[in-house]
Amino acid sequence: MNALSIHDLRKTYGNGFQALKGIDLEVARGDFFALLGPNGAGKSTAIGIISSLVNKSSGRVEVFGHDLDRDSEGVKECIGLVPQEFNFNQWEPVGEIVVNQAGYYGISRGEAWKRAEESLRQLELWDRRALMARHLSGGMKRRLMIARALVHSPRLLILDEPTAGVDIEIRRSMWQFLTDINRQGTTIILTTHYLEEAESLCRNIAIINHGHIVEHSSMARLLHQLHAETLVLNLREKLERPPELPGYRVAQLDDSTLQVVINRDQSFNDLFRSLSSAGVEVLSMRNKQNRLEQLFIGLVNASRQEMEE
Amino acid sequence: MNRYARYRVAFQTILTKEVLRFSRIWIQTILPPVITTTLYYIIFGNLIGRRIGDMGGVSYIDFIVPGLILMAVITNSYANVVSSFFSSKYQRHVEELLISPVPNWVILGGFVVGGVARGVVVGIAVTAVSMFFTDLNIHSYGWTLTVFVLTSVLFALGGFINAIYANSFDDISVVPTFVLTPLTYLGGVFYSIQMLPEIWQQISLANPVLYMVNAFRYGLLGVSDIHIGLALVIILLFIAGLTGFSLSLLRRGVGIKS
Repeated sequence: MNALSIHDLRKTYGNGFQALKGIDLEVARGDFFALLGPNGAGKSTAIGIISSLVNKSSGRVEVFGHDLDRDSEGVKECIGLVPQEFNFNQWEPVGEIVVNQAGYYGISRGEAWKRAEESLRQLELWDRRALMARHLSGGMKRRLMIARALVHSPRLLILDEPTAGVDIEIRRSMWQFLTDINRQGTTIILTTHYLEEAESLCRNIAIINHGHIVEHSSMARLLHQLHAETLVLNLREKLERPPELPGYRVAQLDDSTLQVVINRDQSFNDLFRSLSSAGVEVLSMRNKQNRLEQLFIGLVNASRQEMEE
Repeated sequence: MNRYARYRVAFQTILTKEVLRFSRIWIQTILPPVITTTLYYIIFGNLIGRRIGDMGGVSYIDFIVPGLILMAVITNSYANVVSSFFSSKYQRHVEELLISPVPNWVILGGFVVGGVARGVVVGIAVTAVSMFFTDLNIHSYGWTLTVFVLTSVLFALGGFINAIYANSFDDISVVPTFVLTPLTYLGGVFYSIQMLPEIWQQISLANPVLYMVNAFRYGLLGVSDIHIGLALVIILLFIAGLTGFSLSLLRRGVGIKS
């Protein structure tokens, strides 16, 4: 049984805009799944339908075997949602927000406080439990929404851009936290504009554009499609002109930085042998562009061209 | 945990949240009706009322007590639900409920009983104030309480429907200002409809508030302009109609789902 199965899901809004044009999607239980797409592609509509915030026009949604049409309560019990925008009462204390959410799932107040303490401590918010939510910083508000989403121990956690506007230190700690709860068995669906985030966290991926799924595969298989990578090399010695490296496209960015394009069928060992022969010593190396970003742009552009044709 | 035990906890959560909300801001929610009603008693009951004499077989100040209590109950039950539910839409925390396994009737019940709770608290406060101006000898406790609670339920439902349709803070003040207040003032709070010309008596019978005020007055004083059995039927019919309509709005997601 999958954590999520979507079949021919369509959504047309009242103004006639078709946000989803018949998408199919499968997310295995225990997966860490990325749902990516440009703004307005249909990601948030899909998440809205799965979490009962948006009415679908047609199609079928099943969460852990519970059909959204026949057993919406069963679906809701399985899901924890961290939405894109802050959607808690800003005039309510932090602890109360989490405890009330637990109450909506039938968890008694005593038990809810125990659970709230656990999730607020994990997300370093327990000391602020009595503070009105409006006094929290942006990063703390995001973590509050994660704590609230986890209080009923959902089997499927959906995060819609959870790290938007969060500084890098907090983002990294949130990544670690999400990795840990995924290891403990919670299935996670993540949408994000930080493709580095999706690449490092997720095992499977779907890319949605103009209401269609344009790619649905494992992260490894998708990255394998990358034909070439552009590397930026920092050199020990300054160069006057770029070295001759037969078979590689080389450009000099400044006197001690080279850019080299390496194809999928070329090995790094061969590249470094060529560099050594040319008397070039490399101090450090990085990808010019995130690999997933390269693929994402390619796929989105291809689907746009297809639409135009 | 069985389904109904879960619903009970969810209902208690919504209700507790509602009661805490209006209790935290008691200066805005509880105090104003107490002050307004006190002024009504002083000006209309004491100063002007002494010159009016009896109405409907009782002194004028006794005559207006039931209407003033019920007016406070109506206004506050309505205001509590309309402001709370609209605010939850506006700040989007209604989504906390929509994503949770809480059936629509529990959501509606939680908000309505929250509104009734404020109506009851304000009603008790206003009744306590009236004790300073008149001796209340309650004619029928059962009837008084029944009409008190049912009226509060009815207007809490009205507030809920208003909040569902409201898109701005202006929208939640339009109905109280242009519909609720005129209906209440023309609902026999300050006068007996027997004083009106025949044609206005007939027109007044189309005002549902008239039935509630008179039914409540019967409970407190034992006097009424209208048949109290008919009043009860009308209140119950309104409650049934508004409950069905509210549940239908929630089921379709009107005003709260795309």
